[in-house]
Amino acid sequence: MATRHDTAALPSKGGAAPGRPPGGSAKDQDERRRARLSRRWQRDMRWSPYAFVAPFFLLFLAFGLFPLIYTGWASLHQVELTAPTDMNWVGLRNYTRIFDDDFFWNAAKNTLTIGIISTVPQLLMAMGIAHILNYKLRASTFYRVAMLAPYATSIAAASLVFVLLFGRDYGMINWALDFVGIDPVDWQGEKWPSQIAVSTIIIWRWTGYNALIYLAAMQAIPQDLYESAALDGASRWQQFLHVTLPSLRPTILFTAVVSTIGASQVFGEPLLFDANKGASGGAEHQFQTLGLYLYEQGWVNQHLGRASAIAWTMFLILIVIGIINYVISRRLRASS
Amino acid sequence: MTTTVTPPETPPAKAQKRSRLPKSARAGGTLHGGPIAYTILVLFTIGSLFPLVWTAIAASRDNQRLAQTPPPFWFGSNLFKNLEIAWKDANLGEAFLNTTIVAGISAVTIVTLSTIAGFAFAKLRFKGRNALMLIVIGTMMVPPQLSVIPLYMMVAKLDWTDQLQAVIFPSLVSAFGVFFMRQYLIQALPDEIIEAARVDGASSWRVVWHVVFPAARPAMAVLGMLMFVQTWNDFLWPFLVLTQTGNPTVQVAVAGLGRGYTPDQSLIMAGALLGTLPLLLVFAIFGKQIVGGIMQGAVKG
Repeated sequence: MATRHDTAALPSKGGAAPGRPPGGSAKDQDERRRARLSRRWQRDMRWSPYAFVAPFFLLFLAFGLFPLIYTGWASLHQVELTAPTDMNWVGLRNYTRIFDDDFFWNAAKNTLTIGIISTVPQLLMAMGIAHILNYKLRASTFYRVAMLAPYATSIAAASLVFVLLFGRDYGMINWALDFVGIDPVDWQGEKWPSQIAVSTIIIWRWTGYNALIYLAAMQAIPQDLYESAALDGASRWQQFLHVTLPSLRPTILFTAVVSTIGASQVFGEPLLFDANKGASGGAEHQFQTLGLYLYEQGWVNQHLGRASAIAWTMFLILIVIGIINYVISRRLRASS
Repeated sequence: MTTTVTPPETPPAKAQKRSRLPKSARAGGTLHGGPIAYTILVLFTIGSLFPLVWTAIAASRDNQRLAQTPPPFWFGSNLFKNLEIAWKDANLGEAFLNTTIVAGISAVTIVTLSTIAGFAFAKLRFKGRNALMLIVIGTMMVPPQLSVIPLYMMVAKLDWTDQLQAVIFPSLVSAFGVFFMRQYLIQALPDEIIEAARVDGASSWRVVWHVVFPAARPAMAVLGMLMFVQTWNDFLWPFLVLTQTGNPTVQVAVAGLGRGYTPDQSLIMAGALLGTLPLLLVFAIFGKQIVGGIMQGAVKG
């Protein structure tokens, strides 16, 4: 992890209130005052670090950890949206119900495919853009700010605009395709086009942001690595492969993990992309993600218990991803 | 995650045979971008900005025009009319006020708490520091969406539906903030300054107030902006506990416009435009700082 900067030795208690050999009674009083100050000093040194980190951990316990664990508890109960405080124990029945539900597996598959379609091109494009931004350029700040504009745009606004752009009959994208002689595509109704469209919203919002992260990492690569590679006769492309990419490995892994976590949670884009305004992710659930399926079970079908089981399943999937990430990053560290 | 620099792998042998110094000796960051680089960049910039510009174009038209081919490429005359109607229909006035309150409180609280906690993790020694920091990092990996059901039950029990505190409280947890401030303070705050303050007899709280906050100010500003943007754009949780007619945030109001019964696409676009403009303005003004902040957080993050 991060570079360790161990704190320099803190001044000992004597630093602020140096002890003195006992003397007369006036000095005695002085001594006691100093001792008191010194005790307070010690207490301060000892406990205030905990006081400083406590607010975060208290909030995290209340609004992060407790709800996460309680989701597991709720997933073992029948809980209805209409009476969220009435819980009836049902054991693992919520889990067997969702595992028997074809729409759960459909949503899991869609989450995976949308995750791949949105993450892979996004990170590849971000890498390319970052590489270009790493050249000396005129108006480089302008490009950087402009490509952050999608990041400033909310899911809601972005999704609604793309619904229009991807419109079957009057959308800009079909018009452009027609222009080059491709038949109009039903971006809503068909499976792969709809998943590509939903992924496009995600790619649009996040590519610029990831490009900046790669760019930052590229700028941290020492120049002499390139110089010595160039002296060895490496072409630009070889330099990219053999200097840039290896140096970026930790950053690539980081963005991959963050994007994977984000992809597992996709919700707003498919919700708002649906012209029927439901939560099924299209008439045939063709672009329903797990996040959307959770919402449909919990807030449309009103089974909060079942939705909790979905949430916990997603949590377990994330733990598996976390373990894989840990193993890969250990390998990377061992190899470098 | 620190971007550790790994030594370059040896270039292929056949490349080594060449003895002349190629043009690419001035490689990496010192190389000037050629026409291809500019072309790609300009295309990418157009791709980034076009949907936003087109939102404004669509918002300036009417529904009939949007149901024709080819789609409009230039502004019509209905922009202000549509903005006005969308403003009223989507309850956007209230939504702006609400979102500003929520995002403001959330950003200020996160920045303050993260700076104090980040300082403790960066510069103070205490038992369990590394274990607690690991928990913070682990927390970043768990998306808050997985906790919405119990939170929803809490909100229902407290009768907080349609009340802003239902959105504010869960938004105050930010492990990223703690991590971000820790990484910044490790480098930006020299130990000698803290020591000097200690020798002068300053308590830890005085050190935080008089030394840490001033030193952390640039990072606090960046974190504040990032958190403001994030909270402003939060979707799922506000969507669950707030309603468009009750006490919406901007996202809830805009989504409500899209999912409502408004058949008029130009109005929906007007609402989307209004919901996006404030942040775009912030980015236009502070763009350089925000870019710098994201990149700083990336290298140290």
